[in-house]
Amino acid sequence: MSAAPLLSVRDLRVGFATEGGLLQAVDGVGFDLKPGEVLAIVGESGSGKSVTAQTLIGLTRSKNSRIDGSVKLDGEELLEADDATMRRLRGERIAMVFQDPMTSFNPVYRIGSQIVEAIRAHKGDADKAQARRQVVELFDSVGIPDAERRVDDYPHEFSGGMRQRAMIAMALALEPEVLIADEPTTALDVTIQAQILRLLEDLNRQHGLATILITHDLGVVAEVADRVLVMYAGRIVEEGTLDEIFYDPQHPYTWGLMGSLTRLDRPRPHRLPQIAGSPPSLLDLPEGCPFRPRCPHEFSKCPQDPGLEARLSEVPDHRDRCWLTPEQKREKRQVEGQIGLEAPQEAPRV
Amino acid sequence: MLRFVVRRLVGMVFVLFVVSILVFLIFNVIPNSPPAQRLAGKNATPVLVKSIEEEWGFDESLPVQYVTMMKNVFTGELTSYSPRIPVNDQIQEGIPATFSLSIGAGIIWLSFGLLLGYLAATRAGGWLDRALTGVAIAGISIPVFLLAPVLIYFLTYKLEIFPNGGYVKLTEDPWEWFTHLILPWFTLAVLSIGFYSRVLRSNMLDVMNEDYVRTARAKGLSEGRVMTRHVLRNSLIPIVTLFGLDFGATIAGTAIITEVLYGITGVGYYAAHAIANFELPPIMGVTLYGAFFVVFINTLVDIGYAYLDPRVRLGASAQ
Amino acid sequence: MSDGAANTGAPLLEVTDLVKHFPIKSGVLIDREVDQVRAVDGVSFKVEKGKTLGLVGESGSGKSTACRAVLQLIKPTSGSVKFEGQEIAGLGRRRMRPLRREMQMIFQDPYASLNPRKRIGQIVGDPLRRQGVAKGADLRRRVQELLERVGLAGEHYNRFPHEFSGGQRQRIGIARALALKPKLVICDEPVSALDVSIQAQIVNLLDDLQDELGLAYLFVAHDIGVVRHISDRIAVMNEGKIVEQGTADQVCENPKDDYTKKLLAAVPIPDPKESRERREHAGSAG
Repeated sequence: MSAAPLLSVRDLRVGFATEGGLLQAVDGVGFDLKPGEVLAIVGESGSGKSVTAQTLIGLTRSKNSRIDGSVKLDGEELLEADDATMRRLRGERIAMVFQDPMTSFNPVYRIGSQIVEAIRAHKGDADKAQARRQVVELFDSVGIPDAERRVDDYPHEFSGGMRQRAMIAMALALEPEVLIADEPTTALDVTIQAQILRLLEDLNRQHGLATILITHDLGVVAEVADRVLVMYAGRIVEEGTLDEIFYDPQHPYTWGLMGSLTRLDRPRPHRLPQIAGSPPSLLDLPEGCPFRPRCPHEFSKCPQDPGLEARLSEVPDHRDRCWLTPEQKREKRQVEGQIGLEAPQEAPRV
Repeated sequence: MLRFVVRRLVGMVFVLFVVSILVFLIFNVIPNSPPAQRLAGKNATPVLVKSIEEEWGFDESLPVQYVTMMKNVFTGELTSYSPRIPVNDQIQEGIPATFSLSIGAGIIWLSFGLLLGYLAATRAGGWLDRALTGVAIAGISIPVFLLAPVLIYFLTYKLEIFPNGGYVKLTEDPWEWFTHLILPWFTLAVLSIGFYSRVLRSNMLDVMNEDYVRTARAKGLSEGRVMTRHVLRNSLIPIVTLFGLDFGATIAGTAIITEVLYGITGVGYYAAHAIANFELPPIMGVTLYGAFFVVFINTLVDIGYAYLDPRVRLGASAQ
Repeated sequence: MSDGAANTGAPLLEVTDLVKHFPIKSGVLIDREVDQVRAVDGVSFKVEKGKTLGLVGESGSGKSTACRAVLQLIKPTSGSVKFEGQEIAGLGRRRMRPLRREMQMIFQDPYASLNPRKRIGQIVGDPLRRQGVAKGADLRRRVQELLERVGLAGEHYNRFPHEFSGGQRQRIGIARALALKPKLVICDEPVSALDVSIQAQIVNLLDDLQDELGLAYLFVAHDIGVVRHISDRIAVMNEGKIVEQGTADQVCENPKDDYTKKLLAAVPIPDPKESRERREHAGSAG
């Protein structure tokens, strides 16, 4: 019943040579993206989510990086593709939108001409006037008013939300199959964020644009995602459908993320459940499960590296990396009637 | 835009005014023998000295002397003490030489500086980068008054490749004009090549890390296009300002040492001569000429900057 | 954190009709003021001792400018700022100096607000040294106590800011703010730049410190969820004005102003079913 995946990633590993040693930013990540699907990758600093996304379009290739594994788009292996192939692919088959619209456009060129530049880089014979008309149409379709005039404005003449719409317009210009949005709304006000999410959702539902959405904000995930990957220290620690992750999370880190959220629709808890400690240094990971130092449920099996497995027999696509049994998990994750880690009794560890 | 230009013109007048007062005061404060005495010569009688004083107005009070001098500046009657030639004419005669020297050196230091800077930035960390850094630092460190004599000694005296100083007018003999300027151009440029290559390298490395460069790559532009249209274009903006300041200063007279060492009879040469002889009128003339050029070229640079960087557009409201 | 406590006297901070305008100048030769940017356009609020007032608004609402105007870091154009009954609006630097002990600020960017060339012991100890409160071994002891109170190790006294994570740096900033035992701490977006899992830690720390030390907070942020959690009362700012004020529960559950309603409706709910329902409801209603 399931369609063949559009994008297929297997055992992706990305390491960077640094002064302190080899930094394994991505350590064995695999997932499928189906046509028309919205996949959310959730994580914090050091989780490897951005590096994963940038590796898909070859932006992390350099002297200091070591990339292994497989990334297949429509069956074609990308990690071995040469630079020219990757360049053609960027924008044409996989397009990317970045976090900060303020700095993502070159300040000295008009926005319209930067989009025309993208179009002409792929369609060398495109007529300038025709390309410009296309840009005006794109601006209309992403909801930028007065498009004909605004095409000739400079980036600093746009507001943050409009700039992000322009970025999305640029990403769509060549009708890619996959859109990767890396924290597209983090730098925006919450009312603008809602509009941009609406836009991304429309693009997905109406045009069937497969989307990878990278974010740390579970609220955003709840609004638009179909499937969710939770990443920590370069690995996927849990994956599943939206409902599975939100209503039956299996990994203590996921519990912690859920618990530390403030919910406007629920009464205020006395204390926000928190995760102790800080995101790990990738140069200094513990043996076995990387979440150990911060996990209040650590036990004897944890120094062994847990594999990413479906531990709930009825749900083969809901996988996690935690040795606790499903029963133990259900028991331990309740805090004050909602999902979250236990608030520590003594002063927080740092 | 109008507002900007008007303000600059007013500013320029003010700057020139202050400069003229400063020069005048400095000249009258530093110890030197009274001009009348020097003009009168060795076996001067007090009567002769007095009559010279009256003639030149040296017996008047300082403010009156100043006003008289400024009047002469505007009417073009400013004359040096000895020989008694109009300062204006001297400056005008020196301009072709100074311009030839400055413009030629400017072109050289800009092109080589940028080329080396670009190479160093795109191969940052490699051996070429390190070698160029060494060359740059050497260039910045060698003083003109050491480099010039060394070059003159080895290349014009010992090896006789180049002519031994002096200036030949372009209109007289283009080839000679050229060969006479090669060493001076090089001497004047070597410091700035080092400096500009470092600045461009640093700017480029900063810009290469900017988000919009990442966007440019992500939309599938070729590496060459990313480097020229995005990285270079933005890295060059501060260099334009820098070049404006440098070039303005060079024309205004920082080439003075080079001109003297190579015997190039430009404005700087004239100024050096005047300083050595404590002649106020030429010094005043040259300084005002220099100040004018500095302000003028700076204004051009600012206008150019606004053209290059749309975020800085002159005039118009704050929004 | 109930709001039922009786008013025990004058509020700690009372701001009335605070205005801060930035002039827009134009003119050929002489600058004339042609218009103004009305960053703060007449706001009034009170902060009670030991309680938290949350100031929520989006970018450009004027909330950060208002904080700086309250602390006299920028001079208000007009209006009154009373601290413990004393008028401080427009006070010069010298007269403000003794008051600075009582009012402190913590900033948004943990990477930019600590001097990278100073050791953290120095950063936290500077306020004590400058105000002549302590020196030498006594100073060192106090600083170490402060570091421990905010959850850091006292032995890290000699480390530099870059050796710490974002959350830890924010703790250092808090320790610095507490050094002089202030009565009021203005928190300008203290958790926005931090990872989600660390935000809860810092919010809890601020809560604990408030209970222990009786601090009053003016908590400024754009994340209404966090503001609601920590505040007793909330004021909503938009384009330089306060559009709604009330207890945290009142404002969040029963908003009266359109902008507040819009703001609350825009906050994504981390609950797929509720989120779907809300959107269907909004879709059919709108």
